[in-house]
Amino acid sequence: MPLVNITIDGIRMQVPQDSTILEAARKANIKIPTLCHLELHNRETVNRVASCRICVVEIPGRRNLAPACATKVAPNMEIRTCTPRVLTARRTNMQLLLSNHPKDCLNCYASGNCELQDLANQMHTDTNRYEGTSSEFAIETSNQSIVRDLNKCIRCRRCETACNEMQTVGVLSGVGRGFDMVVGPALHKPLAETQCVFCGQCVKVCPTGALMGKSHIEEVWKAIADPEKVVIVQTAPAVRAALGEEFGLEPGHSVTKKMVTALRRLGFDHVFDTNFGADLTIVEEATEFIHRLQHGGRLPMLTSCCPAWVKFFEHQFQDLLDVPSSCKSPQQMFGAIAKTYWAQKMQIDPAKIVVVSVMPCLSKKYEASRGELSASGHQDVDFVLSTREMGRMLKEAGLDFLSLPDGEFDHPLGYSTGGADIFAVSGGVLEAALRMAAEVITGQELENVDFEEVRGLRGLRHAHVEIAGKTVNVAIACGLGNARKLLEEVRAGKSEYHLIEIMACPGGCIGGGGQPFVDSKKEPEVIAKRAAAIYAEDAGKEIRSSHKNPYIQELYQEFLGEAYGEKAHQLLHTHYTGREKL
Amino acid sequence: MSRLATRYDLTALARKLAAGPGAGAPPVQVFVGMSTCGLASGAGAVYEAMAKALAARKLANVTLVKAGCVGLCYAEPTVEVQVAGQPIVTLGNVTPERGEELVAELAAGGKIAGAISEGDAIFKKQVRIALRHCGRLDPEKVEDYLRDGGYQTLAKALFDQKPEELIQTMKDSGLRGRGGAGFPTGLKWEAARKAANTPKYIVCNADEGDPGAFMDRSVLEGDPHCVLEAMALAGYAIGARFGYIYCRAEYPLAVKRLEIAIGQARQLGLLGANILGSGFDFDIEVKLGAGAFVCGEETSLIHSIEGKRGEPTVKPPFPAESGLWGKSTTVNNVETLACVVPILEKGAAWFRGIGTPKCPGTKVFALAGDVKNVGLAEVPMGITIHEVLEEIGGGSRDGKPIKAVQTGGPSGGCIPASKFDTPIEYETLASLGSIMGSGGLIVMGADTSMVKIAHFYLQFTCDESCGKCTPCRVGNKRLLEILDRLLKGEGKPEDLEKLQELGNVIKDTALCGLGQTSPNPVLSTLHWFRGEYEECLKKGPKAVTYRIVAEKCVGCRACAKVCPVSCIDGKLKKPHVIRQEECIHCGACFSACKFDAIVRE
Repeated sequence: MPLVNITIDGIRMQVPQDSTILEAARKANIKIPTLCHLELHNRETVNRVASCRICVVEIPGRRNLAPACATKVAPNMEIRTCTPRVLTARRTNMQLLLSNHPKDCLNCYASGNCELQDLANQMHTDTNRYEGTSSEFAIETSNQSIVRDLNKCIRCRRCETACNEMQTVGVLSGVGRGFDMVVGPALHKPLAETQCVFCGQCVKVCPTGALMGKSHIEEVWKAIADPEKVVIVQTAPAVRAALGEEFGLEPGHSVTKKMVTALRRLGFDHVFDTNFGADLTIVEEATEFIHRLQHGGRLPMLTSCCPAWVKFFEHQFQDLLDVPSSCKSPQQMFGAIAKTYWAQKMQIDPAKIVVVSVMPCLSKKYEASRGELSASGHQDVDFVLSTREMGRMLKEAGLDFLSLPDGEFDHPLGYSTGGADIFAVSGGVLEAALRMAAEVITGQELENVDFEEVRGLRGLRHAHVEIAGKTVNVAIACGLGNARKLLEEVRAGKSEYHLIEIMACPGGCIGGGGQPFVDSKKEPEVIAKRAAAIYAEDAGKEIRSSHKNPYIQELYQEFLGEAYGEKAHQLLHTHYTGREKL
Repeated sequence: MSRLATRYDLTALARKLAAGPGAGAPPVQVFVGMSTCGLASGAGAVYEAMAKALAARKLANVTLVKAGCVGLCYAEPTVEVQVAGQPIVTLGNVTPERGEELVAELAAGGKIAGAISEGDAIFKKQVRIALRHCGRLDPEKVEDYLRDGGYQTLAKALFDQKPEELIQTMKDSGLRGRGGAGFPTGLKWEAARKAANTPKYIVCNADEGDPGAFMDRSVLEGDPHCVLEAMALAGYAIGARFGYIYCRAEYPLAVKRLEIAIGQARQLGLLGANILGSGFDFDIEVKLGAGAFVCGEETSLIHSIEGKRGEPTVKPPFPAESGLWGKSTTVNNVETLACVVPILEKGAAWFRGIGTPKCPGTKVFALAGDVKNVGLAEVPMGITIHEVLEEIGGGSRDGKPIKAVQTGGPSGGCIPASKFDTPIEYETLASLGSIMGSGGLIVMGADTSMVKIAHFYLQFTCDESCGKCTPCRVGNKRLLEILDRLLKGEGKPEDLEKLQELGNVIKDTALCGLGQTSPNPVLSTLHWFRGEYEECLKKGPKAVTYRIVAEKCVGCRACAKVCPVSCIDGKLKKPHVIRQEECIHCGACFSACKFDAIVRE
């Protein structure tokens, strides 16, 4: 890229000619404040709407101020980032935003983690200068996953960019005009009536508290306190790799054992692991895959662990409902087994069992509420807490998390293999399925269970794996925009793959919408560290292939019978429903 | 009519049409102005009556033409009579009866009574380029356009000129965008010509949205082919093979006439594949806007054509680089395009001979408000505001001095009478805190409250803002709220300073042209009429009040019937009273009273 000479605040420098002023200023260590601007996933997606007008700078000779985030440098450009004209404009636009924003920060869940608040503090501005009418929107609580309080929306459109450009879900856009313009579904429909998949990527990028995960904390506290209930908890693999961040730990530290102790201290009767459900999922899914492969079934087969992905294809690819595996997700398999097999074993009335999940995900809340996921006659899962909610509950309970002693999961539903751990990372479900499929097809134990070729954090990957002299073509997508590309190929009959893994979030579940908030610029790095922690968990496990989990084997012997058999179908498999697009 | 396979077919057809059907008695053409404005005033009935009378008298030498509008809104319906070799005679406020009389007068060959003559100031000061055909041909008959040399310029370009030559002529002519911003059209075309991002598009911006501006409608309704020919020329010049006309859906007659014209041009092979055998393909589609003012802004317009939400994006990239579907796109306004054929036909030097060195050519203004001759006037650039208002407009209705004029629609500012000697150019208007805009000229009478005027325009901008950027969405709302309280007499001492500061920041930081100009009505009135704002601060709004003089009121209820807020009480045949606290000072009652019983104070 050719370089151009520019001057920023008197500093002469050379920058690539396609740089924005904002990027050039960063190189000069000048921090231009931004609000709507957002860079995601190593800049695969950039929110360049330039709507907030906070980052304006002065360019002598130009009639008006220029938004630094969306203005490219030009040869010999002179840029002034800190003149009275610039500062007045930034301050005024900040005051305008604040004039239509509730100022009850103490009541806001985003307080302390709010970019608007941070910037207002930094500017030390008179927040009441332009008082006037405020927007009045009813808070939207129509769905299980996401709460929208548009009174706090600053129209930065980041959520729209995440929803439309990154995920290609296409629910959010500008609606209405002028002062009444806001970001939301067309016709102001509630999210529940749209093709929203509740992936929560919009919540992750919201700079204020306008978009929030729906909390189940109160319900869980009540259940724990109810002496009639047996409250059991399961924790998703991705949670242990990130929960520590809520307590100030550097990303990349697994806190599995402290988490178990913490959950026990909160009062859960049994502390189990979604990993058990993940091992079970692999047994069912790999068996289904082998079945499809050997009996001329529908190929490629797509994984079905991610509820956002499931809802995505139900809306967008109604013609391909037979392509995904019919397996329920680990969360739901766990719930179904807890309320049947475990309930029988423990002689507990399943009506008294409350299954609480801790998930890196907001869509899991929605999934738990899907009516058909109730094989035992009760909903498989009752309440879902996000990693962030878990952190909040632990803090509320006054637990000094980092100094807690180690604990161990309860058995049998707490034992898992390394194959289950890697569900947390993009490519992991596929790798775990390959571990089992390869051993079952060849009848031999794998010397090395690490399928390095399917690992990585790029959004779209593919690999060829040799099993018993046959090539199995696999593809992996994380992010629904990437998934769409694979699905379009399947729809066009051009897909060369046998098995495809899809996760809705960047990096897989470790980058889920319920995980601790991260500065978006640092997110790729954080996700990589969480992934490393997960692979370390896997490597440290005694058993690394799901079908070798002794408690899983016991489950089949004592209760389920054959893998992919009749009882398994009844409890562990599901069906999909075509859904409208708004 | 069959397809014209070569340019010679076009010439032959034009010649045949020019020869005309009737020989003998001097042919007489009678033009009935039948654009939306004329039709709304009853031109349809006038036409019917005249057609019947002509048939009855069997006047074979008289052709009755359903023409577009000549721009005399105050005198609609209008009829113009052109006897070959004589000056045109224009009649205003024509009734069906007057139409019949006119036929009788034509039959008798006598003088036509009561006409507005071509020598009157209203016409004398005008130079008609964009409006050259408006009112003088039947827009639904391509024959009329062809008879007058239509599509010859296109033929000449396709066969005898290189695209670069057209661009050079446009650059030399100095034509600047008539949509308001005044960017040189030739440079726009040149940038598009050089762009590598194909397929390229040419877009005609016909989303005329300024309140009180209707010059583009007049062109589309009165001379649609001139826009089509210009778009084909532009397409040839920049290398585009497809064009869109983005027309607001509120202009159904313009859309209908455009569709008819496109159909005719396609039938004749003047649009479509291999035009006149030249090898050049070009076609046009009309796209309807859904009623958003901001879609007049070119990036919003482009998004709207793409089927997206009509809201602006940051420039650069300019549309010439990345426009419709990411391809190089040239957006020209209707009036700009209407000047293209005459420029390419008569040359750059001819065009430069009109107007001023900085702003050659003409501008169509829509005169409205407190002025006698409401209507459209095309005048050379450089004419003074005074000339337009007094000589063409005929001064204020009540004869009192005009207080101010608002130019450029809701994005423009108010210019005080003391500056009426300013020659009209893009830069001079800008230096007065206003803009050329699309050419609206709203005249403010002596009694107008300038604070209320600012409020009116700002209300419009607030309603029409897309809401994307902070300064326009929230800033304008706050400006409006400040004006609200000033008008209620509840202003705060710091309000005028806030208006100034906020207005400046909105201008400085709004994302698009709409936002960047939206504070102009406030800032310009604050500058030129600060006293009125200060008065608001002191004792509430300065407003005209209306009062019914009991002795004169006969209780006819005429005023109560027209009152839009129903604030006039009184029984039939008893004196009425206005409830002052609810009165909005609109003056409807004042105009409705036939007994001079309402006084304005």
